[in-house]
Amino acid sequence: MSEVTLKVNGETHTLDVDPTTPLLYVLRNDLGLRGPRFGCGLGQCGACTVLVDGTAVRSCTRSTSSVTGEITTLEGLAVNGELHPVQKAWIEEQVPQCGFCQNGQILTAKAMLDRNPNPTDAELRRGMNGVICRCMTYYRIHAAIRRAADSMASQDAPESGAEAGL
Amino acid sequence: MKRVDVIPEHLNKALEPWTGTTSRRDFLRTSGLFVLGFGGVGFVGPSVLGSGLGSYDVGPDSAAPYPHPDFRLLDSWLVVHEDGTATFYVGKTDGGQGTGTAFRQIMCDELDLAYESSTLVMGRTDMTVDQGGSGGSDAIERDAVAARRVAAEARRVLMEMGSERLGVATNELVVSEGVISVRRDASKTVTYGDLIGGRRFDVALTGDNVNATAGVASVKPVQDLKLVGQPIPRYDIPAKVDGSLEWAVDVRLPGMVHARNVKPPLAGARVVRIDESSIREIPGLLRVVHKGNYVAVVCEREEQAVQAATQLDVQWAPPRTAPFPSSEDLFSFLRDASPMSRTRTTGSRTVPLARVEGDPEQALAAASTIVEAEYDFPFQGHTAIGPAHGLADPSDGQMTIYTNDMKPYSLRTGVAEFLDMPPEQVRVIWMDGPQLYGRTAADDAGFEAAYLAKEIGRPVRVQWMRHEETAWDTKGPAFAFNLKGGLDADGDVVALDYRARVADYAHVGYNQPDTVLIAQLMGIRPNRPAPGGAPGPSEMYSIPNRREETLVVRFPLAFETPLRTGNLRDPNGPQTTFAGESFIDELAVAAGADPVEFRLRHLRKSDDDDAAFLRARSIAVIEAAAEAYGWEARLSPKPRGTGTILTGRGIAYAHRARTTVAEIAEVEVDRTTGRVWVKRIVCAHDCGLVINPDGLRSTIQGNLLHGISRTLYEEVQFDTEKVTSVDWRTHPTLRHADTPEHIDIVVVNGDPNPRRPDLPAYGAGEPSIKPLGAAVANAVFDATGVRFRRAPLRPERILAGLADADG
Repeated sequence: MSEVTLKVNGETHTLDVDPTTPLLYVLRNDLGLRGPRFGCGLGQCGACTVLVDGTAVRSCTRSTSSVTGEITTLEGLAVNGELHPVQKAWIEEQVPQCGFCQNGQILTAKAMLDRNPNPTDAELRRGMNGVICRCMTYYRIHAAIRRAADSMASQDAPESGAEAGL
Repeated sequence: MKRVDVIPEHLNKALEPWTGTTSRRDFLRTSGLFVLGFGGVGFVGPSVLGSGLGSYDVGPDSAAPYPHPDFRLLDSWLVVHEDGTATFYVGKTDGGQGTGTAFRQIMCDELDLAYESSTLVMGRTDMTVDQGGSGGSDAIERDAVAARRVAAEARRVLMEMGSERLGVATNELVVSEGVISVRRDASKTVTYGDLIGGRRFDVALTGDNVNATAGVASVKPVQDLKLVGQPIPRYDIPAKVDGSLEWAVDVRLPGMVHARNVKPPLAGARVVRIDESSIREIPGLLRVVHKGNYVAVVCEREEQAVQAATQLDVQWAPPRTAPFPSSEDLFSFLRDASPMSRTRTTGSRTVPLARVEGDPEQALAAASTIVEAEYDFPFQGHTAIGPAHGLADPSDGQMTIYTNDMKPYSLRTGVAEFLDMPPEQVRVIWMDGPQLYGRTAADDAGFEAAYLAKEIGRPVRVQWMRHEETAWDTKGPAFAFNLKGGLDADGDVVALDYRARVADYAHVGYNQPDTVLIAQLMGIRPNRPAPGGAPGPSEMYSIPNRREETLVVRFPLAFETPLRTGNLRDPNGPQTTFAGESFIDELAVAAGADPVEFRLRHLRKSDDDDAAFLRARSIAVIEAAAEAYGWEARLSPKPRGTGTILTGRGIAYAHRARTTVAEIAEVEVDRTTGRVWVKRIVCAHDCGLVINPDGLRSTIQGNLLHGISRTLYEEVQFDTEKVTSVDWRTHPTLRHADTPEHIDIVVVNGDPNPRRPDLPAYGAGEPSIKPLGAAVANAVFDATGVRFRRAPLRPERILAGLADADG
């Protein structure tokens, strides 16, 4: 055991754990987070995804001490209690079935849209391809990502509607 | 009163909104009729989600604290609170298909309560009546009917109470959203909360079994239902999206420890020696638990248990005989083996397994055209997205199991028998988890957690690793089919000979104390194996001469095998229908007929039908699918294109129980890579009365894609020692890139009297996977002119098939 410092969802935690412990177990068992989940432990499915400085990372295969950036989990995506547009789109499209993988789907989509706000269908499929859903909600996920992209684009756009006389 | 810290707060906190003058505990304890356990009432819904742990009173010392709720009492099913809201208690679980939302719609509708005024508790054995949990696509078809009658009875009782309170006959009253008012004087009102809030109904129900539960009241005509038929958003989704939901994997109890299994590296291997010194230096190690060939490690922390399970030095002795053939030799093994039996015994009679109608041998001999084909379908796993898990708490000599197992009631009774505990001392709390689709290792993990908790004397959380889940979870059985059909001079099918071999010798049931994996590894065996053996494909074609035979084949290793078989979504349906509906297509080709016309012709040759109008509704879905697709009649295959991408279309149809489904797949086949992409699916689906159309569509969409996955990708691979499919690379699944561009779902109501007031709802969780594989394979044939008869249609098989055909 030794001291490890983690920045998670805006808070800094100093923990006494084996630094080689996979980040996933520390987030779940020491910090009590529910967003990242154990799916494979092999980095193959994406259920354990967290954002590290905005990039989607598999927390099951990363040692705790190797993660020095700012970690955001599903719980930390909302701002001042308001859900992220991707989360809102997920609810509007009624995406989840069991929902177990959706942590990884939502965070991966968020990271993808931050990089590429208007992905083509091929880019979307490629960008999301590493995140597995065994309820096979992919069809609705694609609709939700397109909806979120539209919503984020209209949020980001200057208030041009009235000026343009639309 | 003793206090124990056992219940997650969100399950306990739910007591709070209505503990003003009474609590559910007191409420039922004092009924004089029945004691409904103790403890909190779990509300399912984001508004009451707590965090961390709560504590609560478990009531007076009792040797039997967790008895079964009595389904013959109205109070076991629903409670109206003082604020006029209601909580429903049902013995079902929801894997994410909206079952809970649908139950609330149905029960609120009969009760005349606003949807928002209801909450629902599911699958908690000490609080909800035993409806068996989930399975068989029967939640809406069967169990919700009982719940609906109960809600109607509650409304009847409340109306009588309102009549007494307002001094007006019931037929002078109207009710809306829990408010009863006098028809001619709207100022006179009384609410459900005023009438009964916080008090018992004390009304007995009737019924020989839970499915027959009824009161005096009649249910409403379906035309009067207001919430049924509405696409009400699922109540469980927001908490699954914002991260607040507490899943079964999230429960953390004081003193809880972590266990991991150490599985035999070779199927049928025996423990010779365990060298515990090999893990002695791992901090937090508590115990190596070992009985027979069951081995587990228990540690304070999760990562310690993972390491200990990996590092533990166990010497295993391989079995003397190879446990099974390799997956490459599987189908020849099935065809060459001696089947277990060709007969079955019912009572004192022994009858052949083969079912024969007419004289198929003579009809085949006289047929103008004979078609013969062999089809193969491999073992497939459930491979849940989250591996099996369970948490068991042995506090105070009782046992509480937190699980996502879809059958919490049999888990309770099974564990009680396995641990030799009275069932009244065991309870199972169902919570959300990865969707299961049948008999999965969730059963096994629940037993393991309970066994280890009893051994250790502390709450134990068991979590299977991915390699265990993929290799050792129960499998959907492999089939080898030999089909033979005969056409007459008009191109009509006059005979069909269907012979299947299935590797399903010791089919594992749900939560059986003698077939769960821990029991098998400990050497416990059922008195006799329970061979599976499904009937042939479910269709309504009028074929005068038929022979249908399914014979079970066993492998040398029948028990404690990773190739154990159990129910997997629409058990056996995808396998048998892949063969059956592909073969019907082959017969249509031989007859020179359009595949849709050929199917409709053979359905219309008879006007016999049954109570569920399966024939009429089969015709309706095929016609609806063809119309929605824009099907133009022609022969299949179409002339093969010259480009890299070949395109084709295919149809297949089936019924499952009383639901009918027809599906058309449009595929692209890349002749250079062998990749098949299902670009479009049209699904015409008749499950009678639809409770929540968006929930239905979501379920069907997922099910169709599950069908594509099983048709194109999924196959359990093994050598003659072990299963070698251990992860998402070796048991692949459909992914984002493979998703169709369009899924068109046509909800059909093909009932001959579609507006009848008693239109029933039929199951919808499973049927739409059934014909999907054949629709895809038929489309691939249409595109390529090559018939692919072995699932999955992986790229290397497509390339090999195209190369063979091109000679």
